[in-house]
Amino acid sequence: MNENMNNTNEFALDMSDLVVEYRTEDGIVQAVNGLDLQIEHGSTLGLVGETGAGKTTAGLSILKLVPSPPGVIVRGSILLDGEDVLKKTEKEMEKIRGKRVSMIFQDPMTSLNPVMTVEDQIAEVIEIHNEGGGKPLEKAREMLEMVGIPGERGREYPHQFSGGMKQRVVIAMALACNPMLLIADEPTTALDVTIQAQVLEMMRKLKEVQNTSMLMITHDLGVVAETCDKVSVIYAGRVVEHGTLEDVFENTLHPYTEGLFNSLPNLDDRKAKLKPIKGLMPDPSNLPAGCVFCPRCNYACEICAEEKPKRLYRNATHYVECHLYNEKNILEGGVIGK
Amino acid sequence: MTEQLLKVNNLCKFFKTSRGMLHAVDDVTFTIDRGKTLGVVGESGCGKSTTGRAILRLLEPTAGQVYFEGEDISALSKRQMRKKRKDMQIIFQDPFSSLNPRKTISQAIMEPMIIHDICETKAERMEKVLELMDVVGLAQRLVNTYPHELDGGRRQRIGIARALALDPKFIVCDEPVSALDVSIQAQILNLMKEIQEERDLTYMFITHDLSVVNHFSDDIAVMYLGKLIEKAPSEELFLHPTHPYTQALLSAIPVPSIRKKRERIILKGEITSPIEPKPICRFANRCMYTMDICTETEPELREISPGHFVACHLCER
Repeated sequence: MNENMNNTNEFALDMSDLVVEYRTEDGIVQAVNGLDLQIEHGSTLGLVGETGAGKTTAGLSILKLVPSPPGVIVRGSILLDGEDVLKKTEKEMEKIRGKRVSMIFQDPMTSLNPVMTVEDQIAEVIEIHNEGGGKPLEKAREMLEMVGIPGERGREYPHQFSGGMKQRVVIAMALACNPMLLIADEPTTALDVTIQAQVLEMMRKLKEVQNTSMLMITHDLGVVAETCDKVSVIYAGRVVEHGTLEDVFENTLHPYTEGLFNSLPNLDDRKAKLKPIKGLMPDPSNLPAGCVFCPRCNYACEICAEEKPKRLYRNATHYVECHLYNEKNILEGGVIGK
Repeated sequence: MTEQLLKVNNLCKFFKTSRGMLHAVDDVTFTIDRGKTLGVVGESGCGKSTTGRAILRLLEPTAGQVYFEGEDISALSKRQMRKKRKDMQIIFQDPFSSLNPRKTISQAIMEPMIIHDICETKAERMEKVLELMDVVGLAQRLVNTYPHELDGGRRQRIGIARALALDPKFIVCDEPVSALDVSIQAQILNLMKEIQEERDLTYMFITHDLSVVNHFSDDIAVMYLGKLIEKAPSEELFLHPTHPYTQALLSAIPVPSIRKKRERIILKGEITSPIEPKPICRFANRCMYTMDICTETEPELREISPGHFVACHLCER
């Protein structure tokens, strides 16, 4: 089970300067605009942002599954354990998908085949990638047990399972070939809180056992706090702030990140008024010239509307893209008070 | 100076299925005071939305009474009930499917006024539409746009404006912010709170999001498989959750902080079927404190401290 340990490269995923556009009749939608993501082996990166921030497009790009047309990967590189995915042929990609990298989608109801038994669906993945030495069905049942479903229920069909159990089946399928990287796109959003807690706990344990790296795509900062080692906050297709949990949660630098925290009801102080971010996400086919967050930012000044902010580091792990900071004040922990 | 606006007595709503009676709402009793908010929480399938609809008689209750300002509205005829709905409105969860795609914003907001014959002339109605759009924060230039041209937050504002069009006293809010992003969710919650204060509205706020309900409600009712299992003032419920299910539910909320780590209760199993449930505690098979009595008789809802009701055998000793 420990083949993931002997990797030569530092990063399981090293994405840099990725640009993805959807070229439609109504214009070019700039979904991802120079995205950098790095995940060390065995660790979990949270990718946080709102609807339309480009989270899912980023996830799909790693597997080269961006629908094309209209989607076009314009530039950038995506290194999986040192190998550039974007240079692979479709044939080579088939070997990577499901084996080296697998993905869990948000809605378990639509990601399973309704006319195939659950164990057959899991066995299919194993068979395609020739894992487990010839007995795919046995391995499939083992996987089911691992995610907490009795093996004999493998002969049932997806409609006989509840939402939480379907998501477990999808996870079993994703982990069947012991992938190096697991992309989880809002894996618990469709589930109830008590079931969400069960599934997150299970994913955390499985990840430890298999030493899988994970990209956790979510909009829920609570889920991030519970499952991730590092966080990238994404807005309009760019990482605006990145750091360890401690960096981002305790030393918030970017006004957007601050806005996300302030929008959440505080469990300990129920009388506190919510401070929402004003306005709406910019139209990705017509992004502002300067800082993309400028029209919604409470701290915006003149330069913000004109020039894109450069990346500044507070320490080795924590960076931000915002005009509020310069080399000096960023070291003092920033301008925003929490 | 509190005055009861809504009183729900032993409300039941059963559905006939091929496998027997489905007890969606089973013997639910509670009250809401004027100007207050009752939050109703629970997981999918616990009957919270059905309760809201049965109160407005959008679904005919199987049994039980609903008193609105002291009047038993479950006895009203269809015609009388339609008039009553002027005072009782609902905001739906999904702003994408609850608006007619072929009606402009102004037509959508005007529709309830036409049905209930409010305002004499078209000009008066239009004036009221513009006033409502102002109240819910929709720019006047949007007056002739169609729902598909707007984002989720704006569509939900239309839903709110429609509900307010008849100057109701009571609004059932059925997961009004669940489909929205957090930053937009906060905008809508703040708006609903402001409107409530201005108009002395009473809300029944149905949600599965516990941090939202804690922020928004005066009292919270927790439902499980059609039963009301605990009800208490919000602060009390979060400080002293008493029913084991409530405790598990509260501990399962993911907290957006890295300092506060709390003991998590992970429930085993999943919600059981609401079809022909046995007269025992419905949570017994998932509960960590199950005793013999739990699988023998059904616990009753009883008051353990002022305003705090719990239905659990643990509290009966």
